[in-house]
Amino acid sequence: MSEKEVKNMEEIFEARIARDEKIEPKDWMPEKYRKTHIRQISQHAHSEVVGMLPEGNWITRAPSLRRKAALLAKVQDEAGHGLYLYSATETLGISREELYDQLHSGKAKYSSIFNYPSITWADIGAIGWLVDGAAIINQVALCGTSFGPYARAMVRICKEESFHQRQGYEIMLTLCNGTPEQKEMAQDALNRWWWPSLMMFGPRDEDSPHTAQSMKWKLKRKTNDELRQQFVDQTVPQADILGITIPDPDMTYNPETGHYEFGEIDWDEFWQVVKGHGPCNKERMEARVGAWERGSWVREAAMSYAEKQEKKKIAKAS
Amino acid sequence: MKKEWPLWEVFVRSKNGLEHRHFGSLHAADAEMALENARDVYTRRNEGVSIWVVESKYITASNPEDHGELFEPAQDKVYRHPTFYNLPDEVKHM
Amino acid sequence: MKNQDLYNYILGIADNSLILGQRLGELCGHGPNLETDIALTNIALDLFGQTRSYYQYAARIAGDGKTEDDVAMLRVERDYKNVLLVEQPNTHFGHVIARQYLFDVFHLLLMTELQNSKDETLAAVARKGIKEVSYHQRFSGDWLKRLGDGTEESRTKMQEAIDHFWPYTAELFDTTESDQKMIKSGIGVDVSLLKESYYKEVTETLEEATLDVPENPYFKKGGKQGIHTEHMGFLLTELQYMQRTYPNMSW
Repeated sequence: MSEKEVKNMEEIFEARIARDEKIEPKDWMPEKYRKTHIRQISQHAHSEVVGMLPEGNWITRAPSLRRKAALLAKVQDEAGHGLYLYSATETLGISREELYDQLHSGKAKYSSIFNYPSITWADIGAIGWLVDGAAIINQVALCGTSFGPYARAMVRICKEESFHQRQGYEIMLTLCNGTPEQKEMAQDALNRWWWPSLMMFGPRDEDSPHTAQSMKWKLKRKTNDELRQQFVDQTVPQADILGITIPDPDMTYNPETGHYEFGEIDWDEFWQVVKGHGPCNKERMEARVGAWERGSWVREAAMSYAEKQEKKKIAKAS
Repeated sequence: MKKEWPLWEVFVRSKNGLEHRHFGSLHAADAEMALENARDVYTRRNEGVSIWVVESKYITASNPEDHGELFEPAQDKVYRHPTFYNLPDEVKHM
Repeated sequence: MKNQDLYNYILGIADNSLILGQRLGELCGHGPNLETDIALTNIALDLFGQTRSYYQYAARIAGDGKTEDDVAMLRVERDYKNVLLVEQPNTHFGHVIARQYLFDVFHLLLMTELQNSKDETLAAVARKGIKEVSYHQRFSGDWLKRLGDGTEESRTKMQEAIDHFWPYTAELFDTTESDQKMIKSGIGVDVSLLKESYYKEVTETLEEATLDVPENPYFKKGGKQGIHTEHMGFLLTELQYMQRTYPNMSW
């Protein structure tokens, strides 16, 4: 294709997206669109899979059978969501193994929030309430994204995740209505998870160079700062109902704008964790790489068995 | 590189009377495992009564570049649609 | 307690599901791939579901305001009645599958009989459980064949796992005093009668999996009397951690 033809194709392509048409895997797409989507969708998939770890930590220690079953179901959903998202990425011509390689070699990123440790039961509440709360805001926006397989995966994920945040908030509510010791546990979890949750929306708009392109492709419907604001506005009243305090002395309600104004995020910490120096980056990667390597003989055996069975079937037929 | 499990497409019938619909894909070493995985992955919330799985490589897909010749000729066959025919209002439910 | 024998009998069944579920729960996120993680978690969820029905019933029998969680989590090790098989650790995936299969075959036979129990509650749990457990056995049996008849490496690992767990199987068919009373009253299942069907089924699958049936006549037992392996204490430490550290709170 000549440069001019490509340019022409790109214009037609952008016009389709502007008309809210979906792009499907076999459609022509600019190389940059393909690459950006592989990066973003797989990053999302990695986040689901690494996100299983801090919560998975508490399955064996959940305080009641009801909580144990709910947590197990939630962590399992995350595996499912990782699977849906890897599948969506695979439609772009890359295999799950290649994507795992990128994750395990440190080339691919995942949401930094999962590099924080879950050290008390209240953390399971806080993760559900805050981390899933923040994720849902991002994900609802993505249900209308331009790439068909991604949009469909998001619709399914959003539907399934509706119980996740409620599960977390109910844990917090129970703690806050419990003994002083339990309430203190809830406050401590909020203190530790609040700021990392705000960081989940990514850098400030002025430090987010890809926003314009992502908005055009509907990979983003709102900017990082807009989504962050939405999260703060919906979460502060929820903290009030719990009767615990958001750890931000600058938090004030502005009746004129109808928004909460909040203090400055520690961007040094944000970049530190992104660059791999968070409290658990190393542990999370070791867990993922370890599981994959330990499972290698199992996956290989299943393939070998399948091939043998196939041969037997053919021998029988002839 | 070791051979990893191939990709399968999953179709689920949500309830009797409905057609199987494409639900998504997954990896499995063989057909039996693909069925079991599909059951575990795609019907966790009681979404299905019947599952089909087919290895993705066996699906032949039409090419978007042929969209014109494949699908556009059907666009002007308006006589295939009931609204093409004018009937007096008195004739209801036809 | 008025119905001490029934209470003991219920725990004898429930504890197996609880402890095996707990072991499977450790694996979530650490399996060979996402598909197996999801499948094993489904099994764990089934087991916890059954467990809850049993413990709720046991708590009602125990009376004095006990809850399912009190029964499940606030006993000393000697009072847990699960068989030794289910408390063994997830050494590798072959162990997970061997343990699961050797339990599933028994579990399905038990549920099939238990649905005829004179105790309506137990019969109802069994009727629901049969469908779940049949699937468990299908899953673990298929995997046993894959790993047995897979590669050289997987065959060696699977044989080692079967050899390792084999001595734990005989205990499944022992009966305690409470069990015997429950059998007499038509509530309990005489598990000693399941032995033949069990080994027949297991032998067939092992053969299909190209694995040798172990001949080890030395069997390990004690779980039903509350005498567990050293692994059990660590498992309970995690299971009971919250309830022990923060007593008398609701979660």
